Order: sequence, then C-alpha cells, then structure tokens
Amino acid sequence: MANLRDIRRRIKSVKNTAQITRAMQLVAAAKMKKAQDQALAGRDYADLLNQVLVNLKENVDEEAHPLLEKRDGGGKELVLVISTDKGLCGPLNTNLAKKIRADLPDADLVTVGRKLRIQFGKAGRNMVADFEVKDPVPFGEARPIAKLLTQLFLEKKYDKVSVAFSNFVSTLNQEPTVVQLLPIAADKLGEKRSYEGMGNEVKVDETNHTAALSKDYLFEPSGQDVLDTLLPLYVNFQVYQMLVESRASEHSARMVAMKGATDNANKFIKELTLEYNKLRQAAITAELLEITTAMKAME
Amino acid sequence: MSLHLEIVTPEKKVFSSDVANVYLPGADGELGVLELHAALVTAIKPGELRYEKDGKVENLAVGTGFAEVTPNRVNVLTDMALGEEQIDESKVEEAMKRAEEQLKGLAHDHDAEEVAHLQAMIAKSVAQLNLKRRHRG
Repeated sequence: MANLRDIRRRIKSVKNTAQITRAMQLVAAAKMKKAQDQALAGRDYADLLNQVLVNLKENVDEEAHPLLEKRDGGGKELVLVISTDKGLCGPLNTNLAKKIRADLPDADLVTVGRKLRIQFGKAGRNMVADFEVKDPVPFGEARPIAKLLTQLFLEKKYDKVSVAFSNFVSTLNQEPTVVQLLPIAADKLGEKRSYEGMGNEVKVDETNHTAALSKDYLFEPSGQDVLDTLLPLYVNFQVYQMLVESRASEHSARMVAMKGATDNANKFIKELTLEYNKLRQAAITAELLEITTAMKAME
Repeated sequence: MSLHLEIVTPEKKVFSSDVANVYLPGADGELGVLELHAALVTAIKPGELRYEKDGKVENLAVGTGFAEVTPNRVNVLTDMALGEEQIDESKVEEAMKRAEEQLKGLAHDHDAEEVAHLQAMIAKSVAQLNLKRRHRG
C-alpha cells in the first residue's frame, strides 16, 4: 500500500502537470481565435477571386494556359504536406499521416511543419523541399511555396500537385484532406469555393451571374495577360488559405487535447486526495487505538 | 441603380459601400469607372485608387491585383489597400531601401521572379509615399 508521503508527492506532480496543460490550453485558445478569424477573413477574397475566375472561364479558352493543362502521362505526383511544428495536438498529425499513406502511397513530398517531415523522412519518402511558416501565417510566406510547386509542375517533373492538410471544420472536428492544386481544375472552379472547408457551398450571386452571361467581358491588357497573372495568384492564395486552415486546425486540436489533459489531471487529483484522506484517517484511527490500548494496559 | 465598390485583401475586406465613381490604377493607365460601365476585368498595378462617396473624395494606396467591373459593381482584389492615415512614411522608406538593396544584390543571378517581386514591393512603396506626400500639401 502506498504511504502518505508517496501520495502527497504524486498529487503535487499531477498538479504541476495540470497547471502546464491548462496554460497551454489557454494559449492555444487565444491563438485559435486568431487563426480562425484569419481563415474567415480570407473568405471574402476567395469568393471574389472565384467569381472573377468563373467569369473569366466563360470568356477564355480553358486549355490556353499551362497551369490548366491536364496531363495523362501517368507521371509522378507531388504533395505539399502541411503538418504542425509542435506536438501535443491530439490525433491531428496522425490522422493526416494515415490519409497520406492510404491515398498517396508513393508521391514525393514537400513539407511544412516538423512533425510529419520527420515521420515521412524516416519512412524513406522522397522529400523535395521543406518550408517553415510563421505563426500567424503572413501572406508572403505562401509565395515561395506556391512558386516552387508551380515551377516543378511547369518543368514537367510532376504531372499533378496536391495539398494534404487538416481541414478546419469546427473546433472539435478537423478533417485530413487532400486537394488537387495543379493543374487547376477549371471545370470545378464554379462549383465550390476556392478553398475547402469553413463550411458552405459557394453561393454565386445570381443577379450578378445572369448579368455576366449576357455580357462579354473586356480584358485589359488582354485576356491572356489577365489569365497569366490571375492563375498564379490563385495558386498562391490557395496555398495561403490551406496554411491558414491548418493553423486553425492545429490550435483547435491542441486546445481540445489540452482541455482533456487538464480535466483528466483534475479528476486524478480528486481521486488521489480522497485516497490520501482515507489513509490519513486510518493512520489517525490506528494511533488513537494504540494510545487507548496503552492507557487501558496501564490502569 | 448605383455603383458598389468592394475592396478586399487576403487579410480582410477593406471597403464595401456604394460610391459615385472610382478611379483605378489599371495596368494600361488610369481607369475611371462610373455606373453602367461595360463589363471589364483588368489587372491593376501599384498606385492610387480614388473614389467619391457622398461628395467626398477618398484616396487609397493599393498594390498589385485585379479589378472586376460590372455595370453596378467594382470588385477590387489586391494585396494591399491603405488609407493615408495608415501609412507610416519612415517605415515605408526603410522597406523601400531594403528592397532596393536586395535588388542590387540580385543583379548577378537572374532570378526573374525575385526581381519582379522586389520591383513590385518598391512600386508599392512608391505608391504609398506619393499618396502620403501629396496630400500633406
């Protein structure tokens, strides 16, 4: 049976743990709010960008741009894996890794985030590049990543580029998701928002849309020029949005995991305290018993 | 019928309201838009965006991006949109100097995209400074 001192020591150590996890929970909660706001703020831009692209699509030859070109050569696939730098965020990275292993068993990888970089590095995957992204995500950080992916695609080293990230559905639910980035799926542009997650279907402004059908757009300088700049921007923005989504997921998952840990620790403390008090009482009773027996014997 | 102007950056929606007119820094020169303008998509370059609302003219320094014009709307997508009071002159100057120095350092290797990026940054800085200085009077 554990003695009093052992139990006291354990209570103390569990209390310390609870304090740490609680602090982490609060920090994650604050960061989560910011990351979620950032993900939401990207929506307006995404909606407008999408709308412009949808309108453009009707006016420009879809196969006219190398970023739209579908290749059937059966070439290699490149995946941008967005994981976290730090652990203690529940099953987030594990789920994503599982999804990648199942869906993309032999694709080459570009990684953001230390956790899965290490994991897949050990597994002997071909790692092409690796990026570090600050928190909160600045828009500029997406640029070099998008640039590299686009470049590798255009050089025909890879026939398809996808992104694997943790899609932020809600605070309690993050979905590991794989989305095709390149070639840009032109036929899908109108059907969905230019980013995944954050809920709803794209709502194309009906009045605007019917108006768009009845008119031909003028392009300045030219349709081709606009497409040339708009598509890279679109890729860039998508990468950014997915980074932001992943961050929102990370902080949410961490907050939930840490809340679970804190709750468990507190429950444990309660149990230990109960046991401690029982033992203490037993000890006191035993002592009283000894004293009374001794007194009886002296009489 | 009126003209609705919407300006968004990846970070936030900067402006959304009905206006009387808009002047955009288009890739081929300044572009004035009134309501019932023909449908148009244009690239915009760093410069000054001007709009008139309730008889008052407002200026914004904008970065690169796009504008979609329809008869009753103007949607501006840009990576920067700052009002005069948001521009910190010394900071902008500093950023511009940094970019210029980097650009000089790059002259040897021919990373076209990097050069383009730095040039865009400088152009954006210039746009901000122009706006700030001119309106100080």
